[in-house]
Amino acid sequence: MHKFKKKAKSDPEIPTSALPDIIFMLLFFFMVTTVLRETTIIVRQQIPKATELRKLQRKSLVSYLYMGKPQNSSKYGAEPKLQANDAYIEVREIIMWVENEKAKLDEAERDQITIALKVDAEVKMGIISDVQMQLRKANARKLMFSTPQRSDK
Amino acid sequence: MARSKRGAAEINSSSMADIAFLLLIFFLVTTTIANDKGLTLQLPPNPDDIEQQDIKIPERNIFKILINSSDGLWIESEIMENTSEIREMVKVFVLNNGADPLSSDSPQEAIVSIKTKRGTSYEIFIDVYNEVQGAYYDMYAARAGVTNTKWREIASNTSDPDNKRIYTKARLDFPMQISIAEPDK
Repeated sequence: MHKFKKKAKSDPEIPTSALPDIIFMLLFFFMVTTVLRETTIIVRQQIPKATELRKLQRKSLVSYLYMGKPQNSSKYGAEPKLQANDAYIEVREIIMWVENEKAKLDEAERDQITIALKVDAEVKMGIISDVQMQLRKANARKLMFSTPQRSDK
Repeated sequence: MARSKRGAAEINSSSMADIAFLLLIFFLVTTTIANDKGLTLQLPPNPDDIEQQDIKIPERNIFKILINSSDGLWIESEIMENTSEIREMVKVFVLNNGADPLSSDSPQEAIVSIKTKRGTSYEIFIDVYNEVQGAYYDMYAARAGVTNTKWREIASNTSDPDNKRIYTKARLDFPMQISIAEPDK
């Protein structure tokens, strides 16, 4: 009987003071582990900076094309290569790649596709103009030279 | 003494969890992943789809920028050491309105042509293209009565009716005609 009496007297509430800590831990856990959808870049990317930048309006309409020397130059050589979705592609494959990217969009938005070019500073204009020509043929005519902001001006 | 022991000195912290939740939800909602930025370009249509026509454009209406394969600049028959003067030159050229017989007739007819070689580096091209676009943005900004930065914000978000109005007004009879020629071999 004595035991029961004691129990009745003790506080029946669960201590909730640690609850915010638990939630904070959850918050931090998700903050740390969240990785924004990113592709592994396998070409050199030292992009020249510019000042007159414009923002992309809708991220869903953007497809990225990377250009630069391969990171693993002993295997792939020192000539600049194109990268799209984690793999190297050839210039002539661009039309097919654009069609694939367009197929991911809604039908009404397909002609609004924007190609963001992330090009290394050492790449020559020759290959860039070849890429532009292929994009014209693929009817993906909105282009953006993705560059970081230069802060000096 | 006994009294102070009995009166719970603790602050009720059960709502702390709710506060943390509120914070979490606030940040979840307000965080936008930084948008990518860059220099925009509208490519011409597929060359197979358009009829090739020879249109004579008077020499005075074309501002020629040539960049050779060792990144040397040749602008309007002058050798340039760096790109810093391009912006002012483009502005003077576009806003000439027929004053100087060697410069453009009017902003509608002015064309800035950038021509590179296949061996020209991307770095110098971006530098030049940035200056030329910057010159146009400066002129548009002046027409709209805002700063260059503000103008680019307006131009990036024309879905807003106010922005759309300012944008169309400043662009009226003032096209941005930058031609990027195919490089020579």
